[in-house]
Amino acid sequence: MIELISESKCISCGLCVSVCPTNVFEQKKGEVPVISRKDDCQTCFMCEVYCPVDAMYVSPNIEEEVIDENQIVQSGIMGSYRKELGWGKGRSSSAALDASYKMFRLMSKLPGH
Amino acid sequence: MSKHLYNKAIKETEREADADVLVIGGGPSGAWAAITAAAKGARVILVDKGYCGTSGATAPSGTGVWYINPTPEEQEAAMKSREAMGGYLADRKWMLSVLNRTFSNVNLLDSWGYPFPLNDSGGKHRKSLQGPEYMRLMRKQVKKAGVTIWDHSPALELLKDEHGIGGAAGVVSATGNQWVVKAGAVIIASGGCAFLSKALGCNVLTGDGYLLAAEAGASLSGMEFSNAYAIAPVFSSVTKTAFYTWASFYHEDGTIVEGAGSQKGRSVIARTLQTEPVYARLDKTNEDMQKWMRKAQPNFFLPFDRLGINPFTDKFPITLRLEGTVRGTGGIHILNEKCETAIPGLYAAGDAATRQLICGGFTGGGSHNAAWAMSSGSFAGEAAGEYALNLGQNAAHRNVTGISSTPFTSKTDKNHQNNQVVKEVIKDVQAEVTPFEINLFRNVKNLKPSLQRLDSIWNDIRSGKLADVSNRVKARESAAMTATARWMYSSALERKETRGMHKRTDYKEQNPDFHYRLLTGGLDHICTRPEQNLLHREGVKG
Ligand SMILES: Cc1cc2nc3c(=O)[nH]c(=O)nc-3n(C[C@H](O)[C@H](O)[C@H](O)COP(=O)(O)OP(=O)(O)OC[C@H]3O[C@@H](n4cnc5c(N)ncnc54)[C@H](O)[C@@H]3O)c2cc1C
Repeated sequence: MIELISESKCISCGLCVSVCPTNVFEQKKGEVPVISRKDDCQTCFMCEVYCPVDAMYVSPNIEEEVIDENQIVQSGIMGSYRKELGWGKGRSSSAALDASYKMFRLMSKLPGH
Repeated sequence: MSKHLYNKAIKETEREADADVLVIGGGPSGAWAAITAAAKGARVILVDKGYCGTSGATAPSGTGVWYINPTPEEQEAAMKSREAMGGYLADRKWMLSVLNRTFSNVNLLDSWGYPFPLNDSGGKHRKSLQGPEYMRLMRKQVKKAGVTIWDHSPALELLKDEHGIGGAAGVVSATGNQWVVKAGAVIIASGGCAFLSKALGCNVLTGDGYLLAAEAGASLSGMEFSNAYAIAPVFSSVTKTAFYTWASFYHEDGTIVEGAGSQKGRSVIARTLQTEPVYARLDKTNEDMQKWMRKAQPNFFLPFDRLGINPFTDKFPITLRLEGTVRGTGGIHILNEKCETAIPGLYAAGDAATRQLICGGFTGGGSHNAAWAMSSGSFAGEAAGEYALNLGQNAAHRNVTGISSTPFTSKTDKNHQNNQVVKEVIKDVQAEVTPFEINLFRNVKNLKPSLQRLDSIWNDIRSGKLADVSNRVKARESAAMTATARWMYSSALERKETRGMHKRTDYKEQNPDFHYRLLTGGLDHICTRPEQNLLHREGVKG
């Protein structure tokens, strides 16, 4: 569930408001968006992936949880999924490294396939 | 309370437009439909409840694709491999069309710049698509095709006149105000129904398109194949299941759950979960596999990494999360390879349409769904484009009216004070569709009373239970879930056998007498009947 939009990192671009499939955020012009419908968050991580400045943290927990902002920021976890996907300036898409074909190869050798 | 959403007199209409083709839903099927309709020269509007590019089952997750070299031998093997699992309800002619179209569409993706991985000899592996990347590219292509996209604009009602479907109305999420599109043809590509179970990307998928189609008079097909449950860590939304092929499953005391497995042994997991927690560990992997697994599905590891769990060495508690029809195969009945419904001007594609034609009664994932989404989307887009362009000049002046069966409030209070009643309906429907003892291990004893309870929820909705709910989107979603559950259980009761993913504990065997697809439909009175007997078709066994 979305737990954090870091006020110190957020540039108020509003991209998270646009891309959220379930309309969780609300933003007043020029301000940092707020998590106004948290219950509707489906933990799909898309806001995090699109955030250009790694200002968001989606907890892997589908239920609400209490987090410590300082600890999250310091852990370096913010933006980690975006990095995995190779999104962002100076990176290239990790889809080019997708090794699913190795899985399909192994699976096709299993009984019943 | 006013019955319909669309009301010509209403002043608060925020957006109004004409189009040749309106596409409802911007997942892969809707995106392909929009692109192909536009390529025919049609003016296309695509509306999405969420955001075309991030919304739906594919975007946050990613899919293997049924991408097969178009040689007769390879296609034959591909078609044969899943026929038995699907209970021989698929259709070879459809499979072949989908294989061919998928092959050419995936090659198009390559030409559009999708970064397929290279194999050792420099060739490309095109059997897998990473969700965020694929859908970001699709949005770009949709825009490039000149399609107008309205994000955060769920469709809640179809518009119709004596000639057929002529558009839709919905709500702009940000304001709660109405939008209206008059269109010569409408393609429903709104995905399946996973009953707000929080399976990855699935909470936008509440069966809205099924209800829209049924209100127009279209049938649904294969709604008994609607009980997909995916393995996920208890705490997590990530219902990526392929890697559990290499998992062992454990009781609390550390002993193995005998017979449990990702594919065949999922029922064993469900039975065990009915009385105790089950744990998994991906311990049938070696170091080499572990390395490429991370590269194949980064999102699978995301929850584990964040919680400090090593899934290869640590046991973690799992659950089976309902994915309903999303990884089932039921949906709107289509008549032909144009993906036409029986209602003129109304088309269906992707998970919204029945996938039995290529999967029969079982999918569980494994690339057919993605192939179906991109192929049926393309078939529907081309056909709807042609249909709309042939309507001619007068199409713009049709006198259409809204046809929703569930009453809408005309008050659009954005604070949504009175939405408790929606929560109740959702909870009540979930209580009928989530329990394994009703939906997974099916029998007349549990299905019948469950259907009666669902009928009474539906009757309440019809008589106005949600009519004052200011959040019209949520009201409509809960109505659609209720209706979907009723079609599911009506079909499940009718199919007195076990076939594909539909398991009856009171009829444990596949029965040749039921070797047909089941149609269902209707709103207050649900009518279920066999589509066509497949018994005597060549190469098909009961
Ligand atoms: C975790 C997971 C893994 C999967 N893995 C695989 C795989 O490996 N291989 C495979 O083949 N398949 C897989 N599938 C299935 C596959 O994702 C779906 O079949 C595919 O996404 C269907 O595409 P679609 O466009 O029909 O629907 P979706 O992608 O679900 O898109 C539907 C769209 O419609 C929109 N919408 C809904 N209601 C409305 C409304 N009222 N008005 C406007 N818009 C609306 C939604 O916001 C959404 O954008 C997987 C599914 C899941 C959940």
